[in-house]
Amino acid sequence: MKRIYLDHAATTPVDPAVVEVMVSSLKDNFGNPSSVYAEGRAAKKSIDAARAQVAKAINADPREIFFTASGSEADNWAIKGIAMKNQAKGNHIITTKIEHHAILHTCQYLEKHGFEVTYLPVDKDGLISLEDLRNAIREETILVSIMFANNEIGTIEPIKEIGEIVKEKGIVFHTDAVQALGNIEIDVKDLNVDLLSVSAHKIYGPKGIGALYIRKGLPIDNLIHGGGQERKKRAGTENTPEIIAFGKAAELASEQLETNINHMKTLRDQLIKGVTERIPKVRLNGHPQKRLPGNANFCFEYIEGESILLSLDIIGIAGSSGSACTSGSLDPSHVLLAIGLPAGIAHGSLRLTIGKSTTPEDIDYVVDNLVDIIQRLRAMSPIDADNPIDSAVFDKADHHHH
Amino acid sequence: MEYTEKVIENFSCPKHVGELEDANGVGQVGSPACGDIMKIFLKINDQEVIENASFKTFGCGAAVASSSMATDMIIGKSIEEAGKLKNSDVVDALGGLPDVKIHCSVLAAEAIQAAIQDYKNKKA
Repeated sequence: MKRIYLDHAATTPVDPAVVEVMVSSLKDNFGNPSSVYAEGRAAKKSIDAARAQVAKAINADPREIFFTASGSEADNWAIKGIAMKNQAKGNHIITTKIEHHAILHTCQYLEKHGFEVTYLPVDKDGLISLEDLRNAIREETILVSIMFANNEIGTIEPIKEIGEIVKEKGIVFHTDAVQALGNIEIDVKDLNVDLLSVSAHKIYGPKGIGALYIRKGLPIDNLIHGGGQERKKRAGTENTPEIIAFGKAAELASEQLETNINHMKTLRDQLIKGVTERIPKVRLNGHPQKRLPGNANFCFEYIEGESILLSLDIIGIAGSSGSACTSGSLDPSHVLLAIGLPAGIAHGSLRLTIGKSTTPEDIDYVVDNLVDIIQRLRAMSPIDADNPIDSAVFDKADHHHH
Repeated sequence: MEYTEKVIENFSCPKHVGELEDANGVGQVGSPACGDIMKIFLKINDQEVIENASFKTFGCGAAVASSSMATDMIIGKSIEEAGKLKNSDVVDALGGLPDVKIHCSVLAAEAIQAAIQDYKNKKA
């Protein structure tokens, strides 16, 4: 059975061209890049080339790109590195309620160690208010971290405008761009950012490699101490094959950016149209226009998300959900709660994220089958218009955390 | 999620879905644990034997499978026997459930008990 993979926000298949350079590097380029001899120099040269490719993808200088083992590590480094470097100056951090857990849990960790964090709310589309941001800034604020695009609902935040406000106050500004790279044009010279996190496995590269853009001259503490790699800022013998893979993936992402965006947007809109026209009692989550080109996130009333995913998987379709049953926790997705959805509605969520090789026929197949699946699950459900979800059932699932 | 074949079967082709027109014992329970809701309908005859049972469930694969299996297991049983149905019986019948989904089987057992209690309340 042909599989239709629609969870590109979770991870992406590795592009064959990326696999090629990575395998080649594994075979022939094992040298330690810090070594003086030929094998070392060859490895170092490849890494420098890859660094330039990643830098070009975001219009940065190669010397501003630092490789990490993941986007999560880049996020951790940005938050902790700035917090530790500036704690004499202040202890207040501003972020949002809809960040990835790599940001949220890092902030919560810092809260236990003398830092104060403001988590800005979002509106029903997932956008933060610039006014809220202005009002939240205080004397002690040392860092603002706001994600470029949200992984669940696809909403794109006004990073350039946010950056203007933050930089005017002389505060450090970080953005988690893990979902944005390859889907939106990124130009760090235009965005007013000091720090930016990216990850390879969201752009058809392998898992295990990310990067942090650090604006030239910005003081930041190390997260990983040790040897002098990455200009003494991030220790650990360089992962040459993965770095080269990331470079190749970044190069392809840049070259194909416009093509991919148009391709994904067309299919996304086809999907959204099909679902909203043919299935009743459904809502689209996230901003209708300011959203990632491949992201569609729906809530279907009266049913639960994991059962939708299971039904889809059985017929070859891979998707994701923000229901509690899928997260394995008591609450549904913190993002869906943050945009004001009641827990009972948030439980019925489905996220489908399109990729560069998704076809219109794939979308037709998905929509046709979704109609049947939703109908079947609704027929099985004790919940309907006359029998709404008893809120008492969800009294534990309240957004008191985060 | 590692589901057994039996769970997938009971999810894809569940037995006894729907409402019983002539149900005389109905129980609905909800689990804050993950937001599953199960409603069980029982048709109990004068000999206090469960002639027919059906379910409606809002929940994950394990929840649907648990309620499907549980209703199947109690048809033909006396309400005394059915009231003794343990969640572990349901899990065993399904060939096992992932640890994080055991509470779905607990909910199914509780829904049955609630339906039986409803029947008793109505009789009294």
